[in-house]
Amino acid sequence: MLRFFHKLASPKHFYRISGKWIPWLGVACLGFMLAGLYQGLLVAPTDYQQGDSYRIMFVHVPAAWMSLFIYMVMAIAGVIGLVWRIKLAEIMAISSAHIGASFTFLALITGSIWGKPMWGSWWVWDARLTSELILLFLYLGVIALYNAIDDRRTAARATSILALVGVVNIPIIHYSVEWWNTLHQGPTVTKFDAPSIDFRMLIPLLLMAVAFKLFYAVVVLLRARVEVLQRERNTSWVKELVAENE
Amino acid sequence: MTPATLPQAFSTLLRRDLTLAYRRRSEMINPLLFFVLVTALFPLGISADPALLREIGPGIIWVAALLASLLSLETVFRSDFDDGSLEQLLLSPHPLSVLMIAKVLAHWLITGLPLLIVAPLLGVLLNLSGDAMQTLLITLALGTPVLSLVGAIGVALTVGLRKGGTILSLLVLPLYVPVLIFAASAVASSDAGLQVSAHLSLLTALLILAISLSPAATAASLRISMS
Repeated sequence: MLRFFHKLASPKHFYRISGKWIPWLGVACLGFMLAGLYQGLLVAPTDYQQGDSYRIMFVHVPAAWMSLFIYMVMAIAGVIGLVWRIKLAEIMAISSAHIGASFTFLALITGSIWGKPMWGSWWVWDARLTSELILLFLYLGVIALYNAIDDRRTAARATSILALVGVVNIPIIHYSVEWWNTLHQGPTVTKFDAPSIDFRMLIPLLLMAVAFKLFYAVVVLLRARVEVLQRERNTSWVKELVAENE
Repeated sequence: MTPATLPQAFSTLLRRDLTLAYRRRSEMINPLLFFVLVTALFPLGISADPALLREIGPGIIWVAALLASLLSLETVFRSDFDDGSLEQLLLSPHPLSVLMIAKVLAHWLITGLPLLIVAPLLGVLLNLSGDAMQTLLITLALGTPVLSLVGAIGVALTVGLRKGGTILSLLVLPLYVPVLIFAASAVASSDAGLQVSAHLSLLTALLILAISLSPAATAASLRISMS
């Protein structure tokens, strides 16, 4: 087992093994997504209060979950990269950043589309929305810092530190905006919280959550493979690989 | 020659930074003028209605303080980086994180403390009540060191970069959000005659957290930036 992980951490073997995984993960992702969409858009009942427009939740909620999950993955991979200097962990961390930012953006956009008919406005300074927006800025900061530093390894280590500082701050930011809002504007309108959700709505939600996780796995592996090839372009195994494919 | 002990190194570094700042007084004054000017723009841009100013005053003063602190952050490591003394610091046998505290302390004395001194003037301009003014000073005393400490991490990460300035604001401003929220709402609630001890406790907690974690993060970032 340990040897397997050890092997996986070497860029060459990672490239080979991930190439085998990606098609399977992709097929599984497609399956879960189709099932989730079918259940969510056709089977799940219409909400008694929100009509059909609540169905955007099947994209919105998993995207919001992913935005936090990927930040944690990025920070943990960053720590592993900082402590043990494992190249692959650094690559995983930075490959996750772009995907995490996209999911955060998706959660904000779908939330906004949902908010217009429900709340009557595209944007409300609600606690959840605000902390999600700040999370997007944290992601963008990580990406901007990575792009600004020329040396890839230095850049990866610098962004890992930034991601870690962000991890300490995410709960602080979360609670600060929550208290800020409840202190000044009375109870918030957020209704996501109550898990008093119909079983037929919960199933597609969970299916979509799994589908999004698999989607992330596929995309992060694809991105990491490109990053591995770019970083290792002067090594013999990459040259052999290129020669084989020509 | 015997090597300096840690307290000696700490005070030498602090005195050196303060002397350097004293010799370049205009750089010290600029963020302060910026602080006053930005605050003065809001009544001109929004409305000069005293009741409205009183309501939004705490937020305006705090946003202006945030921006002024951001503006002055570059100076923490910039000149040391340019003349090579930063590398000497890294080579020092003393723990870098403790030396970082000296540098951040110097930065706060140069840029944070003056903000506290001119803040009552701005409070008067924005029609704050006496209670609110007092709370404003306490929040500034607790909050601006956090800004310097957290900002130092950002500067340490971007010190070697040519276009570090724009990235710095993207890195640091999201992290400033909690300080802004707690401090501004503390001033606002004291203006409304409410209890502020909860806000002040939270600000103190942020300060303690920042003091204990940020020097290590700054030191690690510097080592990475300079490698």
